[in-house]
Amino acid sequence: MGKRLADPAGPGGGGKAAPALEVEDLTVAYNEKPVLWDVDLSVPPGVLLAVVGPNGAGKTTLIRSVLGLLQPVAGKVRIFGRSLAEARQRVGYLPQRGSVDWDFPTTVLDTVMMGTYGQLGWLRRPGRREREAAMEALSRCNMADFAGRQISRLSGGQQQRVFLARALVQQADLYLMDEPFAAVDATTERAIVDVLRELRSQGRTLLVVHHDLETLNEYFDWVLLINVRRIALGPVSEVLTSENLRLTYGGRAAFLSVEGSRGAAADDPPAAPGGGIEA
Amino acid sequence: MNSLLAELLGDHTLRTVASGAALLGISSGALGCFAMLRRQSLLGDAISHAALPGVALAFMLTGSKEPLTLLLGAALSGWLGTLLVTRIVRGSRVKLDAALGLVLSVFFGAGLVLLTIIQSRPDARQAGLDKFLFGNASTLLSSDIRAMALLALLALLALLLLWPRLKLLSFDPDFAASLGLPVRWLDLAISTLIVIAIVMGLQTVGVVLMSAMLVAPAAAARQWTDRLASMVLLAGAFGALAGISGALLSARIERLPTGPAIVVIVSLIVFFSLLFAPNRGMVFAWLRSRGQRRQLGQATVLISLLQLAQQHSDPFHPHQLIVPGSLSRQPRRQAAQLVRDGLLEALPDGLYRLTASGLSEARRLSRELLPGEQP
Repeated sequence: MGKRLADPAGPGGGGKAAPALEVEDLTVAYNEKPVLWDVDLSVPPGVLLAVVGPNGAGKTTLIRSVLGLLQPVAGKVRIFGRSLAEARQRVGYLPQRGSVDWDFPTTVLDTVMMGTYGQLGWLRRPGRREREAAMEALSRCNMADFAGRQISRLSGGQQQRVFLARALVQQADLYLMDEPFAAVDATTERAIVDVLRELRSQGRTLLVVHHDLETLNEYFDWVLLINVRRIALGPVSEVLTSENLRLTYGGRAAFLSVEGSRGAAADDPPAAPGGGIEA
Repeated sequence: MNSLLAELLGDHTLRTVASGAALLGISSGALGCFAMLRRQSLLGDAISHAALPGVALAFMLTGSKEPLTLLLGAALSGWLGTLLVTRIVRGSRVKLDAALGLVLSVFFGAGLVLLTIIQSRPDARQAGLDKFLFGNASTLLSSDIRAMALLALLALLALLLLWPRLKLLSFDPDFAASLGLPVRWLDLAISTLIVIAIVMGLQTVGVVLMSAMLVAPAAAARQWTDRLASMVLLAGAFGALAGISGALLSARIERLPTGPAIVVIVSLIVFFSLLFAPNRGMVFAWLRSRGQRRQLGQATVLISLLQLAQQHSDPFHPHQLIVPGSLSRQPRRQAAQLVRDGLLEALPDGLYRLTASGLSEARRLSRELLPGEQP
């Protein structure tokens, strides 16, 4: 963590910490069709935030725009009060597992070490320090035994944990994670949640694209409901109302009847079935 | 073999041709790995075809047949073709494959037209430009070899210097960009290196077959290893091997041109690798799946007998072989193998019973393959 900027409160320094992520008027379009429309966000530091919305709602696009991987039509992004270029080293990224070719000729350890390349000098090669950081990250994800394995010989959940370990070695203060829970088994999901909570308890901020409304309350502190436009952003218990879910997912009747009741339950924590309020 | 070596060392022309082909094979093999892993193998084909009009134009403008001049023209127009492909993909809805096809055929067509125009000129100096179509290694001079060696050295040095970044760029370009690596610049660097490798091969192999020198060694090397570093080394070695043996072959066989000889040999290497490489090879995969089928069949026989025996108080009670047919197509043959392994005992009248070790093996398999089943 030695690479944190000298003043974590950001410029201004008026006592109040700058938001971990601030997005203003963000509009992104593919071929004239808007994917994100005039989105404003302000995410305080230290929250574990779920990004929730239907397919095509712009969740991945939001993450990619924040990272500068695509060019928005309009909008401004500030990270800890600074521009992306200034704050780049404080941002970590976990892309969707399906975005790479897992038959690539490399090992688990090499893949995780790639997370250190952002700080590698131009003529330097990854060495012992990088290797040790990668091994430590792998053991935090219960993947140390797989360090020497070719990445194509991993299960989906193991691949997901390799990506998580690669994000960990980035030692970032703001993490953007695109569906880390996609198609993983219960054990892996548990392991990932533990790591996310540990990161949050260290004061890091996490934006996590998530699909399972049932575990929202249990896993996350905050939620961003999004469908092209920002629907709602705030603590899960305040934001997860049936009205907001209807606005997010539209009028799909079967879905609504289930989620509506769950949303209502979330309004009223003591009545929540299964009581997932341990966070 | 010894006489071949003596021939190689003794004959100046052959030595020149062989070292040219080896240099070409090393660099196109090594760089082709990155083209392949980035799913840009066909880019090499487009670049090499796009180089042809550059050769023709360079001659028309300068009137010189100096290889350096012509290859500079080739490099420029090949590079232009690459940029055009990138622009078309980024700036329109045309997909990569269509853009590659478009650039390849338009540039190549233009090159052929220019060659025809050149050849219809009454000037005698024009002869021989068409060697760039299929290559003609026998025209290589020592000075060409020195230039090729320099280019190969520079390209491999650049590869070594950029290694970790190029590896990351090839595996996960988005993540590379998120780290702040200059991906556009790296992209351009690797494309330029590929252009260099292609231009090196134009005299020897020609524009039509050059892409094989990028794709084939890489594809063959991938079969044998799961590490990028060894894949790149191996691809370079395969390229060099094909280059040298192609040169020797065409020296031995009357009127066999070097370029096609090299490409045929590199194709044989690919063919062999696809079939016989351990793990990824087709023969290996076939043997493995056959072995797995056989194991599953034997397990089915054992478990079936265990389940039958469980209907009696005596687990060693003999039984007829009744096995779900779809699971084991040849229960008798598998039973015979199990008898040889000492797991089953064959009794008269087609009856079988488990031996003691057969029983424990059957229980183990049942626990392993049928979780939830009571052993």
